[in-house]
Amino acid sequence: MKPVPDSRGYFGPYGGRFVPETLMAPLAELTAAWQEARRDRAFRRELAGLLATYCGRPTPISHAARLTRHLGGAQVFLKREDLCHTGAHKINNAVGQCLLARRMGKVRVIAETGAGQHGVAVATAAALFGLRCRVYMGTEDERRQALNVFRMKLLGAEVVGVDAGSRTLKDAINESLRDWVTNVATTHYVLGSVLGPHPYPLMVREFQSVIGSEALLQIRAQHRSLPNLVVACVGGGSNAAGIFSAFVPHRHVELVGVEAGGRGTRLGEHAARFAGGSPGVLHGTRSYVLQDQDGQVSPTHSVSAGLDYPAVGPEHAYWHDSRRVSYVQVADREALDAFHLLSEFEGIVPALETAHAIAYVARVAPRMASAQAVLVNLSGRGDKDVVEVARLEGVTL
Amino acid sequence: MSGRIDKAFARAGKAKRAAFIAYITAGDPAPARTVVLARALERAGADILELGVPFTDPIADGPTNQRAAERALAQGTSLPGVLGIVRELRYSSELPVVLFTYFNPVHAYGLARFAVDAAAAGVDGVLFTDVPVEEAGAAHAALRRVGVELVLLLAPTSTRERVKAVRKLAGSFVYFVARAGVTGARATLEEGLEEQVRLVRRLTKTRVAVGFGVSTPDQVARAARFADGVVVGSALVERIAELGDAPELPGEIEALARSLAIATRRK
Ligand SMILES: Cc1ncc(COP(=O)(O)O)c(C=O)c1O
Repeated sequence: MKPVPDSRGYFGPYGGRFVPETLMAPLAELTAAWQEARRDRAFRRELAGLLATYCGRPTPISHAARLTRHLGGAQVFLKREDLCHTGAHKINNAVGQCLLARRMGKVRVIAETGAGQHGVAVATAAALFGLRCRVYMGTEDERRQALNVFRMKLLGAEVVGVDAGSRTLKDAINESLRDWVTNVATTHYVLGSVLGPHPYPLMVREFQSVIGSEALLQIRAQHRSLPNLVVACVGGGSNAAGIFSAFVPHRHVELVGVEAGGRGTRLGEHAARFAGGSPGVLHGTRSYVLQDQDGQVSPTHSVSAGLDYPAVGPEHAYWHDSRRVSYVQVADREALDAFHLLSEFEGIVPALETAHAIAYVARVAPRMASAQAVLVNLSGRGDKDVVEVARLEGVTL
Repeated sequence: MSGRIDKAFARAGKAKRAAFIAYITAGDPAPARTVVLARALERAGADILELGVPFTDPIADGPTNQRAAERALAQGTSLPGVLGIVRELRYSSELPVVLFTYFNPVHAYGLARFAVDAAAAGVDGVLFTDVPVEEAGAAHAALRRVGVELVLLLAPTSTRERVKAVRKLAGSFVYFVARAGVTGARATLEEGLEEQVRLVRRLTKTRVAVGFGVSTPDQVARAARFADGVVVGSALVERIAELGDAPELPGEIEALARSLAIATRRK
């Protein structure tokens, strides 16, 4: 069997490197530097040390007892990435890539951000390592994640609003790629999800796979067996890839990725790439893309900035086609309900992204037996969303 | 067919000029104006027309071309429309046309069908901004079958191995990105550009056109001394943006293009 991905970064027909020529040599250099670093015991030790003493890993698995009782079916377990430093799984990748950037002699890092969690994570890691940091963020996302914009600035990062296209994550990635192509000699681009040209989808998945490796051992210890179902929300797909990667070889564990169903099923009203998209090339990689018949990328909508993106990581496209992972959609309304549900039943306010995964669990857990277990990746906490949820619900703070 | 590009370079070379390659975005300010603008550029002395296919996410372009793509998309111009524009141009002009496009519109159109339709429309070459040589095999094969050239890019960051890989697929010229970065006007030309262009020409044994950031007659004149072709885009696109659909647009573009075309003469 051919290894996945292959040496050109292809997961079956998905992935690859579709970027301007200027970035090709830097991508090759990045691939080589990363391959070397991951084989270097000192690098691995330093990363593991930082994950433990700075990021707060391992994160626990919590048994959601009241939620389980309320849903009346499978036992619900939560992998608590919300307890990571900065409040989401994004720090795992940010620390890994910034460590690599320092090793490569880069003095400046840039990042795109949607929900602001990746931007905050990179600003944090940059402060930790003394790197200059600039974060691109769509102006619509700046509005709905204002708290994170200020956090990034507190951390010493420069935040640049992107007022083009849909003013969301997609446009922030466009601007980051333009910056990188211009400043590639001094700058490392810390991509925040399993997206973009090779080696990013593979490298980000590997930095995030710590979630799955921990969870596999923890759930065995706490539940005495593997879960029947693992659920994660899928924006670009990094928290999902991080937890799924450990369970993919265990064929009897069902894996479900949850996309943003938004407010309707028409193109432009959602970010359901697997329901409404088709194969295409965006941001350097071939994957499922929401686009019109002329190959123009369509606008998307989700209540959650982190899921509001028209493409998806190429490995997810591969998992989708090979049917190893199923992808489902959860609408804005359902996600908002789940936001309240988890807050009230478990005392955990989830990120709106994560609330999509919780909503799916609320849908399926009641149909499962109480001896069965569902493991959800609780990718982040919802502090950043409190103001926006209040606004959506007509509450003035 | 691809002979037109070759002939254009040969004609310019014989006249002791670098070929003048003029870029505009198809459909900007309106689809109906593109043929008129192309004819104006031809009258001004353009040897090759580089026609941008508007795309929603132009990661290789600076603000000037991004705005142009937005205007063209707002006018409903997409790849099928661009092929229609070239077809129409061919009634009145033999100006060689190179499409400057992102891959996704072509991917959605279907590579094989695109190649056939592009050739039938009278397209001479296709340049993909985001398809490096490693990914270019299928496009090269599809275009070759119908006699359309694949135009490959090289950049200051390209390694020797990459330059050599490009040589294997290159047509009558390669496009050298004058500076690491996106399209757009810049104050100066990069130092060391001349040596880089000479090296690329030697390694690829192909003509080299220089573009990205060349926008004034002065910059054109300097690049023309050592490059086989000089591409000017943003300067023209900026002027189109300023004038919009004004009646004087073609005349103004012709005048601007003429000042650039004259600068391609080697003294
Ligand atoms: C808490 C949280 N979960 C999920 C996501 C979605 O990203 P990914 O699919 O890469 O995990 C984000 C992105 O901003 C996030 O902040």
